[in-house]
Amino acid sequence: MRGRERVALADYGAGNLRSLASALVRAGAEPVVTVDPAVVADAPLAVIAGVGHVESAAAGLERHGLDRALRERVAAGRPVAGICVGLQLLFGESEEGGEGLGLLAGPVRRLRAGRVPHMGWNTLEATRTSALLEGVDGADVYFAHSFAVEPADPALATATVDHEGRVVAAVEDGPLAGVQFHPERSAAPGARVLENLLRWSRSA
Amino acid sequence: MVKKRVIPCLDVAEGRVVKGVNFENLREMGEPVELAARYSELGADELVFLDITATLEGRGPILEVIARAADELTIPFTAGGGITAVADARDLLLAGADKVAINRAAFDEPAMLTALAGEFGSQAVVCAIDARGGEVVTHAGRRPRGRYAVDWAREAVDRGAGEILLTSIDADGTRSGYDLDLTRRVVDAVEVPVIASGGAGGAEHLADAFAAGAEAALIASIVHERPARLPELKAELEEAGWPMRR
Repeated sequence: MRGRERVALADYGAGNLRSLASALVRAGAEPVVTVDPAVVADAPLAVIAGVGHVESAAAGLERHGLDRALRERVAAGRPVAGICVGLQLLFGESEEGGEGLGLLAGPVRRLRAGRVPHMGWNTLEATRTSALLEGVDGADVYFAHSFAVEPADPALATATVDHEGRVVAAVEDGPLAGVQFHPERSAAPGARVLENLLRWSRSA
Repeated sequence: MVKKRVIPCLDVAEGRVVKGVNFENLREMGEPVELAARYSELGADELVFLDITATLEGRGPILEVIARAADELTIPFTAGGGITAVADARDLLLAGADKVAINRAAFDEPAMLTALAGEFGSQAVVCAIDARGGEVVTHAGRRPRGRYAVDWAREAVDRGAGEILLTSIDADGTRSGYDLDLTRRVVDAVEVPVIASGGAGGAEHLADAFAAGAEAALIASIVHERPARLPELKAELEEAGWPMRR
Protein backbone atom coordinates (compact mmCIF):
# COMPACT_ATOMS: atom_id res chain seq x y z
CA MET A 1 0.00 0.00 0.00
CA ARG A 2 1.19 3.46 -0.90
CA GLY A 3 2.20 5.73 2.00
CA ARG A 4 0.40 8.95 2.66
CA GLU A 5 1.69 11.80 0.51
CA ARG A 6 3.05 14.80 2.37
CA VAL A 7 1.38 18.04 1.39
CA ALA A 8 2.86 21.32 2.62
CA LEU A 9 0.14 23.90 3.31
CA ALA A 10 1.87 27.27 3.20
CA ASP A 11 0.63 29.12 6.29
CA TYR A 12 0.92 32.83 5.59
CA GLY A 13 -1.26 33.73 8.55
CA ALA A 14 -4.57 34.47 6.84
CA GLY A 15 -7.33 32.41 8.30
CA ASN A 16 -7.54 28.79 9.06
CA LEU A 17 -6.25 25.79 7.17
CA ARG A 18 -7.82 23.22 9.46
CA SER A 19 -10.78 22.37 7.20
CA LEU A 20 -8.51 21.89 4.22
CA ALA A 21 -6.02 19.83 6.21
CA SER A 22 -8.83 17.55 7.42
CA ALA A 23 -10.19 17.17 3.90
CA LEU A 24 -6.70 16.28 2.62
CA VAL A 25 -6.39 13.61 5.30
CA ARG A 26 -9.69 12.13 4.08
CA ALA A 27 -8.30 12.22 0.54
CA GLY A 28 -5.32 10.12 1.67
CA ALA A 29 -2.63 12.76 2.20
CA GLU A 30 -0.49 13.76 5.15
CA PRO A 31 -0.89 17.55 5.26
CA VAL A 32 1.57 19.73 7.16
CA VAL A 33 0.61 23.31 7.94
CA THR A 34 3.90 25.17 7.88
CA VAL A 35 5.76 28.48 7.69
CA ASP A 36 9.06 26.68 7.05
CA PRO A 37 10.38 27.30 3.51
CA ALA A 38 12.37 24.05 3.67
CA VAL A 39 9.19 22.05 4.27
CA VAL A 40 7.43 23.91 1.45
CA ALA A 41 10.41 23.23 -0.82
CA ASP A 42 10.72 19.53 -0.02
CA ALA A 43 7.13 18.24 0.11
CA PRO A 44 5.91 16.34 -2.96
CA LEU A 45 3.09 18.90 -3.23
CA ALA A 46 2.82 22.47 -1.93
CA VAL A 47 -0.57 24.15 -1.56
CA ILE A 48 -1.37 27.84 -1.06
CA ALA A 49 -4.79 28.30 0.50
CA GLY A 50 -6.55 30.50 3.00
CA VAL A 51 -8.77 33.55 2.88
CA GLY A 52 -8.40 37.31 2.90
CA HIS A 53 -6.65 39.69 0.54
CA VAL A 54 -3.98 39.02 -2.06
CA GLU A 55 -1.93 41.87 -0.65
CA SER A 56 -1.75 40.60 2.94
CA ALA A 57 -1.37 37.01 1.76
CA ALA A 58 1.57 37.91 -0.49
CA ALA A 59 3.15 39.87 2.36
CA GLY A 60 2.66 36.86 4.64
CA LEU A 61 4.38 34.55 2.16
CA GLU A 62 7.31 36.94 1.81
CA ARG A 63 7.68 37.41 5.55
CA HIS A 64 8.53 33.73 5.90
CA GLY A 65 10.45 33.37 2.65
CA LEU A 66 7.74 31.08 1.33
CA ASP A 67 7.42 33.02 -1.92
CA ARG A 68 10.98 32.06 -2.84
CA ALA A 69 10.45 28.42 -1.93
CA LEU A 70 7.35 28.35 -4.13
CA ARG A 71 9.10 30.04 -7.08
CA GLU A 72 11.97 27.58 -6.87
CA ARG A 73 9.56 24.67 -6.89
CA VAL A 74 7.84 25.93 -10.00
CA ALA A 75 11.17 26.65 -11.72
CA ALA A 76 12.13 23.04 -11.01
CA GLY A 77 8.82 21.82 -12.40
CA ARG A 78 7.53 20.59 -9.04
CA PRO A 79 3.80 20.95 -8.35
CA VAL A 80 2.22 23.92 -6.60
CA ALA A 81 -1.54 24.28 -6.22
CA GLY A 82 -3.60 27.29 -5.16
CA ILE A 83 -7.04 27.27 -3.61
CA CYS A 84 -9.34 30.34 -3.59
CA VAL A 85 -7.05 33.28 -2.67
CA GLY A 86 -4.21 30.81 -3.26
CA LEU A 87 -5.23 30.61 -6.92
CA GLN A 88 -5.29 34.40 -7.13
CA LEU A 89 -1.80 34.49 -5.60
CA LEU A 90 -0.43 32.54 -8.57
CA PHE A 91 -1.35 35.48 -10.81
CA GLY A 92 -0.27 39.12 -11.03
CA GLU A 93 -1.79 42.40 -10.00
CA SER A 94 -5.10 42.37 -8.12
CA GLU A 95 -7.80 45.03 -8.30
CA GLU A 96 -8.13 44.45 -4.58
CA GLY A 97 -4.66 45.92 -4.17
CA GLY A 98 -1.32 44.18 -4.10
CA GLU A 99 0.25 41.65 -6.38
CA GLY A 100 0.47 37.89 -6.43
CA LEU A 101 3.53 35.81 -7.23
CA GLY A 102 3.16 36.37 -10.96
CA LEU A 103 3.79 32.71 -11.74
CA LEU A 104 0.93 32.90 -14.23
CA ALA A 105 0.17 35.92 -16.42
CA GLY A 106 -3.03 37.86 -15.96
CA PRO A 107 -4.80 40.12 -13.50
CA VAL A 108 -7.15 39.40 -10.61
CA ARG A 109 -10.31 41.43 -11.10
CA ARG A 110 -13.34 42.26 -9.02
CA LEU A 111 -16.40 40.32 -10.15
CA ARG A 112 -18.72 42.32 -12.34
CA ALA A 113 -22.05 41.01 -11.11
CA GLY A 114 -25.07 42.37 -9.32
CA ARG A 115 -24.37 40.17 -6.28
CA VAL A 116 -20.84 40.16 -4.91
CA PRO A 117 -19.45 38.12 -3.14
CA HIS A 118 -20.25 35.20 -5.43
CA MET A 119 -21.41 33.01 -2.57
CA GLY A 120 -22.77 29.51 -2.76
CA TRP A 121 -22.91 26.40 -4.93
CA ASN A 122 -22.39 26.78 -8.64
CA THR A 123 -21.98 24.39 -11.55
CA LEU A 124 -18.56 23.66 -13.04
CA GLU A 125 -18.42 23.73 -16.81
CA ALA A 126 -15.23 22.19 -18.14
CA THR A 127 -13.55 24.10 -20.95
CA ARG A 128 -10.95 21.40 -21.61
CA THR A 129 -9.68 18.15 -20.17
CA SER A 130 -8.19 18.54 -16.74
CA ALA A 131 -6.46 16.33 -14.21
CA LEU A 132 -7.95 18.11 -11.19
CA LEU A 133 -11.50 18.19 -12.46
CA GLU A 134 -11.73 14.64 -13.73
CA GLY A 135 -15.18 13.32 -12.91
CA VAL A 136 -16.62 16.63 -11.68
CA ASP A 137 -17.64 18.37 -14.91
CA GLY A 138 -21.19 19.57 -14.29
CA ALA A 139 -20.92 19.14 -10.52
CA ASP A 140 -21.88 21.86 -8.04
CA VAL A 141 -19.08 23.17 -5.84
CA TYR A 142 -18.90 25.95 -3.25
CA PHE A 143 -17.64 29.44 -4.04
CA ALA A 144 -17.11 32.41 -1.69
CA HIS A 145 -15.16 35.19 -3.40
CA SER A 146 -15.35 38.74 -4.71
CA PHE A 147 -12.33 38.63 -7.04
CA ALA A 148 -11.37 36.22 -9.79
CA VAL A 149 -8.39 35.48 -12.02
CA GLU A 150 -8.38 36.39 -15.71
CA PRO A 151 -5.55 34.39 -17.30
CA ALA A 152 -3.80 36.25 -20.12
CA ASP A 153 -3.92 32.92 -21.95
CA PRO A 154 -7.58 31.88 -21.72
CA ALA A 155 -6.57 28.32 -22.55
CA LEU A 156 -5.14 27.97 -19.03
CA ALA A 157 -8.68 27.82 -17.67
CA THR A 158 -9.98 24.29 -17.26
CA ALA A 159 -13.47 25.25 -16.09
CA THR A 160 -15.72 28.25 -15.64
CA VAL A 161 -18.93 28.99 -13.78
CA ASP A 162 -21.74 31.36 -14.65
CA HIS A 163 -22.16 34.28 -12.29
CA GLU A 164 -23.75 36.86 -14.57
CA GLY A 165 -20.98 36.05 -17.02
CA ARG A 166 -18.20 33.50 -17.16
CA VAL A 167 -15.90 33.31 -14.14
CA VAL A 168 -12.74 31.20 -14.19
CA ALA A 169 -13.18 28.35 -11.71
CA ALA A 170 -9.95 26.40 -12.26
CA VAL A 171 -6.63 26.59 -14.11
CA GLU A 172 -3.82 24.18 -14.96
CA ASP A 173 -0.45 24.90 -16.50
CA GLY A 174 2.40 22.43 -16.15
CA PRO A 175 3.37 22.22 -12.47
CA LEU A 176 0.78 24.86 -11.51
CA ALA A 177 -2.88 24.27 -10.78
CA GLY A 178 -5.56 26.07 -8.89
CA VAL A 179 -9.25 26.25 -8.13
CA GLN A 180 -11.33 29.28 -7.15
CA PHE A 181 -13.88 27.20 -5.24
CA HIS A 182 -13.39 25.48 -1.89
CA PRO A 183 -12.94 21.73 -2.41
CA GLU A 184 -12.84 21.22 1.37
CA ARG A 185 -16.35 22.68 1.55
CA SER A 186 -17.77 21.12 -1.60
CA ALA A 187 -19.05 17.77 -0.33
CA ALA A 188 -18.38 14.74 -2.57
CA PRO A 189 -17.26 16.65 -5.69
CA GLY A 190 -14.76 18.57 -3.55
CA ALA A 191 -13.36 15.34 -2.14
CA ARG A 192 -12.94 14.07 -5.68
CA VAL A 193 -11.01 17.21 -6.66
CA LEU A 194 -8.61 16.73 -3.74
CA GLU A 195 -8.05 13.08 -4.68
CA ASN A 196 -7.41 14.22 -8.25
CA LEU A 197 -5.01 16.86 -6.93
CA LEU A 198 -2.93 14.22 -5.17
CA ARG A 199 -2.88 12.03 -8.26
CA TRP A 200 -1.90 15.02 -10.41
CA SER A 201 0.98 15.93 -8.10
CA ARG A 202 2.36 12.39 -8.24
CA SER A 203 2.39 12.50 -12.02
CA ALA A 204 3.48 16.14 -12.41
CA MET B 1 -25.97 30.35 -12.04
CA VAL B 2 -25.36 30.27 -8.31
CA LYS B 3 -27.86 28.00 -6.58
CA LYS B 4 -30.32 29.15 -3.95
CA ARG B 5 -29.28 27.92 -0.52
CA VAL B 6 -31.28 26.20 2.20
CA ILE B 7 -29.57 26.67 5.55
CA PRO B 8 -30.61 24.85 8.74
CA CYS B 9 -29.78 26.76 11.92
CA LEU B 10 -28.78 24.89 15.08
CA ASP B 11 -29.17 26.58 18.45
CA VAL B 12 -26.32 25.54 20.71
CA ALA B 13 -25.86 26.25 24.42
CA GLU B 14 -22.78 25.17 26.31
CA GLY B 15 -21.83 22.90 23.45
CA ARG B 16 -25.18 21.09 23.10
CA VAL B 17 -28.11 21.48 20.75
CA VAL B 18 -30.69 22.89 23.10
CA LYS B 19 -33.97 23.49 21.37
CA GLY B 20 -35.91 23.08 18.23
CA VAL B 21 -35.37 19.36 18.37
CA ASN B 22 -38.06 17.21 19.88
CA PHE B 23 -37.12 14.94 22.72
CA GLU B 24 -36.72 11.72 20.74
CA ASN B 25 -34.64 13.38 18.07
CA LEU B 26 -32.46 15.05 20.66
CA ARG B 27 -31.69 11.71 22.20
CA GLU B 28 -31.12 10.11 18.86
CA MET B 29 -28.98 12.86 17.33
CA GLY B 30 -26.78 13.70 20.25
CA GLU B 31 -24.61 16.70 19.81
CA PRO B 32 -24.25 19.59 17.34
CA VAL B 33 -21.65 18.21 14.95
CA GLU B 34 -23.47 14.88 14.61
CA LEU B 35 -26.73 16.67 13.88
CA ALA B 36 -24.93 18.98 11.47
CA ALA B 37 -23.37 16.02 9.65
CA ARG B 38 -26.81 14.47 9.33
CA TYR B 39 -28.24 17.65 7.81
CA SER B 40 -25.27 17.77 5.49
CA GLU B 41 -26.05 14.23 4.30
CA LEU B 42 -29.67 15.25 3.79
CA GLY B 43 -28.64 18.04 1.42
CA ALA B 44 -28.21 21.16 3.56
CA ASP B 45 -26.27 23.71 1.52
CA GLU B 46 -24.73 25.40 4.54
CA LEU B 47 -25.25 25.41 8.28
CA VAL B 48 -25.41 27.99 11.03
CA PHE B 49 -24.38 27.25 14.61
CA LEU B 50 -25.95 29.87 16.84
CA ASP B 51 -24.49 29.94 20.33
CA ILE B 52 -27.29 30.93 22.71
CA THR B 53 -25.36 30.17 25.87
CA ALA B 54 -26.68 32.44 28.60
CA THR B 55 -23.49 32.82 30.60
CA LEU B 56 -20.02 33.99 29.75
CA GLU B 57 -18.54 30.94 31.46
CA GLY B 58 -20.52 28.69 29.14
CA ARG B 59 -19.00 30.15 25.96
CA GLY B 60 -15.93 27.97 25.89
CA PRO B 61 -17.52 24.83 24.43
CA ILE B 62 -18.66 26.52 21.21
CA LEU B 63 -15.04 26.80 20.07
CA GLU B 64 -14.62 23.08 20.53
CA VAL B 65 -17.82 22.47 18.55
CA ILE B 66 -16.60 24.77 15.75
CA ALA B 67 -13.19 23.10 15.59
CA ARG B 68 -14.77 19.65 15.30
CA ALA B 69 -17.26 20.93 12.73
CA ALA B 70 -14.32 22.27 10.70
CA ASP B 71 -12.71 18.84 10.78
CA GLU B 72 -15.77 16.77 10.06
CA LEU B 73 -18.14 18.77 7.86
CA THR B 74 -17.76 18.98 4.09
CA ILE B 75 -20.13 21.92 3.61
CA PRO B 76 -19.64 25.53 4.77
CA PHE B 77 -20.85 26.77 8.11
CA THR B 78 -21.31 30.02 9.97
CA ALA B 79 -20.80 30.58 13.69
CA GLY B 80 -22.85 33.22 15.45
CA GLY B 81 -24.36 34.25 18.74
CA GLY B 82 -22.69 35.94 21.66
CA ILE B 83 -20.00 37.70 19.63
CA THR B 84 -19.24 40.88 21.56
CA ALA B 85 -15.84 41.87 20.19
CA VAL B 86 -13.48 41.36 17.26
CA ALA B 87 -11.55 38.87 19.39
CA ASP B 88 -14.62 36.59 19.75
CA ALA B 89 -15.18 36.58 16.01
CA ARG B 90 -11.51 35.98 15.30
CA ASP B 91 -11.45 33.03 17.71
CA LEU B 92 -14.37 31.42 15.86
CA LEU B 93 -12.79 31.98 12.44
CA LEU B 94 -9.42 30.68 13.60
CA ALA B 95 -11.18 27.65 15.08
CA GLY B 96 -12.37 26.88 11.55
CA ALA B 97 -15.72 28.61 10.99
CA ASP B 98 -16.09 29.64 7.35
CA LYS B 99 -18.02 32.74 8.39
CA VAL B 100 -19.12 34.56 11.52
CA ALA B 101 -22.52 36.18 12.00
CA ILE B 102 -22.35 39.31 14.13
CA ASN B 103 -25.47 40.96 15.41
CA ARG B 104 -25.62 43.52 18.24
CA ALA B 105 -21.86 44.02 18.52
CA ALA B 106 -21.72 45.12 14.88
CA PHE B 107 -24.63 47.52 15.39
CA ASP B 108 -22.94 49.00 18.45
CA GLU B 109 -19.49 49.06 16.87
CA PRO B 110 -19.68 48.91 13.06
CA ALA B 111 -15.89 49.21 12.73
CA MET B 112 -15.78 45.53 13.79
CA LEU B 113 -17.06 44.58 10.36
CA THR B 114 -14.27 46.51 8.67
CA ALA B 115 -11.59 44.99 10.88
CA LEU B 116 -12.77 41.43 10.26
CA ALA B 117 -13.26 41.94 6.54
CA GLY B 118 -9.72 43.32 6.35
CA GLU B 119 -8.29 40.28 8.04
CA PHE B 120 -10.47 37.44 6.70
CA GLY B 121 -12.21 38.94 3.66
CA SER B 122 -15.80 40.14 3.36
CA GLN B 123 -16.98 36.66 2.41
CA ALA B 124 -16.30 35.58 6.02
CA VAL B 125 -18.31 38.40 7.61
CA VAL B 126 -22.09 38.09 7.96
CA CYS B 127 -24.02 40.94 9.52
CA ALA B 128 -27.06 39.54 11.35
CA ILE B 129 -29.94 41.98 11.63
CA ASP B 130 -33.08 41.37 13.69
CA ALA B 131 -36.00 43.56 12.73
CA ARG B 132 -39.49 44.28 14.01
CA GLY B 133 -41.77 46.43 11.89
CA GLY B 134 -38.73 47.27 9.78
CA GLU B 135 -36.80 48.62 12.77
CA VAL B 136 -33.56 47.13 14.09
CA VAL B 137 -34.06 45.37 17.43
CA THR B 138 -31.47 43.72 19.67
CA HIS B 139 -31.44 41.69 22.88
CA ALA B 140 -33.61 38.92 21.43
CA GLY B 141 -36.01 41.50 20.08
CA ARG B 142 -36.61 43.24 23.38
CA ARG B 143 -34.75 46.45 22.59
CA PRO B 144 -35.79 48.67 19.65
CA ARG B 145 -32.85 50.65 18.33
CA GLY B 146 -34.50 53.49 16.46
CA ARG B 147 -33.00 52.72 13.06
CA TYR B 148 -34.42 51.24 9.89
CA ALA B 149 -33.06 47.79 9.14
CA VAL B 150 -32.66 48.73 5.47
CA ASP B 151 -30.53 51.69 6.43
CA TRP B 152 -28.35 49.66 8.79
CA ALA B 153 -27.94 46.88 6.21
CA ARG B 154 -26.61 49.41 3.71
CA GLU B 155 -24.10 50.76 6.21
CA ALA B 156 -23.04 47.26 7.32
CA VAL B 157 -22.20 46.36 3.72
CA ASP B 158 -20.30 49.62 3.24
CA ARG B 159 -18.35 48.72 6.37
CA GLY B 160 -17.35 45.31 5.05
CA ALA B 161 -20.12 42.77 5.62
CA GLY B 162 -20.24 40.26 2.75
CA GLU B 163 -23.68 38.90 3.54
CA ILE B 164 -26.80 39.97 5.46
CA LEU B 165 -28.72 37.52 7.64
CA LEU B 166 -32.08 39.23 8.00
CA THR B 167 -34.41 37.90 10.69
CA SER B 168 -37.93 39.18 11.09
CA ILE B 169 -38.73 38.96 14.79
CA ASP B 170 -42.42 39.45 13.91
CA ALA B 171 -42.44 36.39 11.69
CA ASP B 172 -40.05 34.22 13.73
CA GLY B 173 -41.74 31.08 14.99
CA THR B 174 -45.05 31.82 13.24
CA ARG B 175 -44.46 29.46 10.29
CA SER B 176 -46.52 31.88 8.24
CA GLY B 177 -43.72 32.90 5.91
CA TYR B 178 -40.74 35.27 5.81
CA ASP B 179 -41.20 39.03 5.92
CA LEU B 180 -41.11 39.45 2.16
CA ASP B 181 -41.52 43.19 2.04
CA LEU B 182 -38.55 43.77 4.32
CA THR B 183 -36.50 41.11 2.54
CA ARG B 184 -37.16 42.77 -0.81
CA ARG B 185 -36.23 46.19 0.52
CA VAL B 186 -32.93 44.97 1.97
CA VAL B 187 -32.15 43.00 -1.20
CA ASP B 188 -32.67 46.16 -3.23
CA ALA B 189 -30.53 48.25 -0.88
CA VAL B 190 -27.39 46.10 -0.91
CA GLU B 191 -25.39 44.17 -3.50
CA VAL B 192 -24.29 41.34 -1.20
CA PRO B 193 -26.34 38.15 -0.76
CA VAL B 194 -29.24 38.31 1.68
CA ILE B 195 -30.35 35.33 3.78
CA ALA B 196 -34.03 35.45 4.75
CA SER B 197 -34.80 34.21 8.25
CA GLY B 198 -37.81 33.87 10.50
CA GLY B 199 -41.16 32.38 9.62
CA ALA B 200 -40.46 29.38 7.40
CA GLY B 201 -43.33 26.88 7.44
CA GLY B 202 -43.12 25.23 4.04
CA ALA B 203 -41.42 25.17 0.66
CA GLU B 204 -43.72 27.91 -0.65
CA HIS B 205 -42.29 30.29 1.96
CA LEU B 206 -38.72 29.64 0.85
CA ALA B 207 -39.81 30.09 -2.76
CA ASP B 208 -41.39 33.42 -1.86
CA ALA B 209 -38.17 34.55 -0.17
CA PHE B 210 -36.16 33.59 -3.28
CA ALA B 211 -38.67 35.45 -5.45
CA ALA B 212 -38.15 38.48 -3.20
CA GLY B 213 -34.47 38.28 -4.10
CA ALA B 214 -33.01 36.37 -1.14
CA GLU B 215 -30.07 34.16 -2.13
CA ALA B 216 -30.67 31.83 0.79
CA ALA B 217 -33.25 30.92 3.40
CA LEU B 218 -32.68 29.91 6.99
CA ILE B 219 -34.83 27.16 8.43
CA ALA B 220 -35.04 25.77 11.93
CA SER B 221 -38.03 24.13 13.58
CA ILE B 222 -39.48 22.62 10.41
CA VAL B 223 -36.42 20.44 9.90
CA HIS B 224 -35.54 19.90 13.54
CA GLU B 225 -38.91 18.23 14.03
CA ARG B 226 -38.39 15.99 11.05
CA PRO B 227 -34.97 16.08 9.33
CA ALA B 228 -36.32 14.11 6.36
CA ARG B 229 -38.27 17.27 5.53
CA LEU B 230 -35.03 18.81 4.27
CA PRO B 231 -34.61 16.79 1.06
CA GLU B 232 -38.36 17.08 0.48
CA LEU B 233 -38.14 20.86 0.72
CA LYS B 234 -35.29 20.98 -1.76
CA ALA B 235 -37.11 18.69 -4.16
CA GLU B 236 -40.24 20.84 -3.93
CA LEU B 237 -38.21 23.99 -4.59
CA GLU B 238 -36.48 22.40 -7.56
CA GLU B 239 -39.86 21.28 -8.87
CA ALA B 240 -41.01 24.91 -8.57
CA GLY B 241 -38.12 25.95 -10.81
CA TRP B 242 -35.59 27.22 -8.24
CA PRO B 243 -31.97 26.26 -8.91
CA MET B 244 -30.90 23.83 -6.19
CA ARG B 245 -27.57 22.16 -5.58
CA ARG B 246 -27.49 18.56 -6.80
